[in-house]
Amino acid sequence: MLRVAELAHLELTPAEIELYRGQLDEILNYIGKLEKLDVSNVEPMAQVLFAGAPGEHPELRDDVVLPCDVADAVLAQAPDAAKPFFRVPKVIER
Amino acid sequence: MTATNPTWTVSTVRDALASRKISARELASDFYARIEKRNPELNAYLALSPERAYAKADRIDALISKGAKGDTLPPLAGVPIAIKDVISTQGTRTTCGSKILETYVPPYDATAIERLEKAGAVFLGKTNCDEFAMGSSNENSAYGAVRNPVSLDRVPGGSSGGSAAAVAAGLAVAALGTDTGGSIRQPGACCGVPGLMPTYGRVSRYGLIAFASSLDRIGPLTQNVTDAATIMSIIAGHDPNDSTSASAAVPNYASEIEQPIEGLRIGVPEDYFGEGLEPEVRRNVQAGISLLEKLGCKRIPIQMPHTDYAIATYYIVATAEASSNLARFDGVRYGLRVPGATLGEMYRKTRERGFGPEVKRRIMLGTYVLSAGYYDAYYLRAQKVRTLIARDFADAFQKVDAIIAPTAPTPAFRLGEKTADPLQMYLADIFTVTGSLAGVPGISIPCGKTKCGLPIGMQILAPHFGESRVMQLARAFEKAGGFTI
Repeated sequence: MLRVAELAHLELTPAEIELYRGQLDEILNYIGKLEKLDVSNVEPMAQVLFAGAPGEHPELRDDVVLPCDVADAVLAQAPDAAKPFFRVPKVIER
Repeated sequence: MTATNPTWTVSTVRDALASRKISARELASDFYARIEKRNPELNAYLALSPERAYAKADRIDALISKGAKGDTLPPLAGVPIAIKDVISTQGTRTTCGSKILETYVPPYDATAIERLEKAGAVFLGKTNCDEFAMGSSNENSAYGAVRNPVSLDRVPGGSSGGSAAAVAAGLAVAALGTDTGGSIRQPGACCGVPGLMPTYGRVSRYGLIAFASSLDRIGPLTQNVTDAATIMSIIAGHDPNDSTSASAAVPNYASEIEQPIEGLRIGVPEDYFGEGLEPEVRRNVQAGISLLEKLGCKRIPIQMPHTDYAIATYYIVATAEASSNLARFDGVRYGLRVPGATLGEMYRKTRERGFGPEVKRRIMLGTYVLSAGYYDAYYLRAQKVRTLIARDFADAFQKVDAIIAPTAPTPAFRLGEKTADPLQMYLADIFTVTGSLAGVPGISIPCGKTKCGLPIGMQILAPHFGESRVMQLARAFEKAGGFTI
């Protein structure tokens, strides 16, 4: 639990840890039913429309530069910005 | 007709505007009056955008006064529409029902919004939803639950509960919702209005704040099937800003849905009518199927052998994608920031305070199933089972033109009835997640009511890009009185 919370960048309270431990156990136990299926010769579904609609592969657009003059509008939403940067606590330590 | 008639539709709005019985501004103002009166008890809207709405209405009125009508009047001219709060709207606060985006005002419109705007729609405001669209009851909103307008002690369904409630209560002519595991269809069923989930990739997701990218779809909730077709013809189509949007041509839905349904083969999955389905729902959906048979459809029993694995598969795939998508909410670029001594501490404190319990639960589950040592056992296996579920549909569509099923196992449940048990809440999605995983389109339409007056939903599913087919059946059903069966 603690390791997963750390990976997810969540600082859970002791009460939350207790609650989630029970609930996630129950959910994982339910999810475990997938083990009953033999999937040894099955391809994982990586693209939704790949198998279902031939010729409907997602198209990639041409690699051309498009104007994107939104820096001011984007920075205006930041909790702490110093144009042209987002400002965050010091990261170089440890 | 008065402006407060709750059954305003796209075509009645159009006729009233063209014949100058009402102006677009008066219509918008009437809708805002209704919202002001009714929203305090329903909590369907989180934000209103009167400035944008009236500016648009005035432009429509100017067009009409210059003589615009027929083809020169845009297809949704003056139609008041509500937007689920996970879809970006320039200048109007977009929270996703979360505290972490409480102050967020998008700098751009989603593609679906841009297209509706061009078509003349008037945006009334943003509708309440489960936080980041995660929920089946709308009780996971950080801004309070929505109440079902049909019965105020019941949930409106979720996650597009605010959109469904707004349409059902006549607080919008139509609304956009999003469907990841049933979030348009199930609230449509709970509130008694049609709700369409298009094929994956049919409508651009650009500007939709992502929950599970391989499952998320934008679609309409409307007063009738024709309005759904009109809105689909506007929002569907390829978008260079969404590489998963399909380039298939957009048909003329409005004319295709009027095609006769005689001779169509409708598949009824026996696995969907087993235990867990409430008797009244079973009875009405069976009556709905009989009506379609009377209208000339051929009923064919089909098997969907992997249905029992769908919920488990869905809650692995969706939470895995959510844990990844929601990593972007870290207090750096937008929304809430809780200060911390280090960057990591800032992330953790921001996310701890900004996210609600269900979102944290799903991030935890998603992080776990993707983590080293568990990826193959959970995520990869689920992706393989997803292939099997998609095959169930492909096999069925060899034999039938459409599949008919209940939308949800029960009608709208009571507020608070399932909040303590997340797994029980997830199991309520059993009939909707299969179509979500397979990427096929589906509609939920009203199919009568229970003895105590709660709406029941019937679902129609078709092969990829079969929106016309589901709406054609839905339209025939509606014309034959099926909605009030």
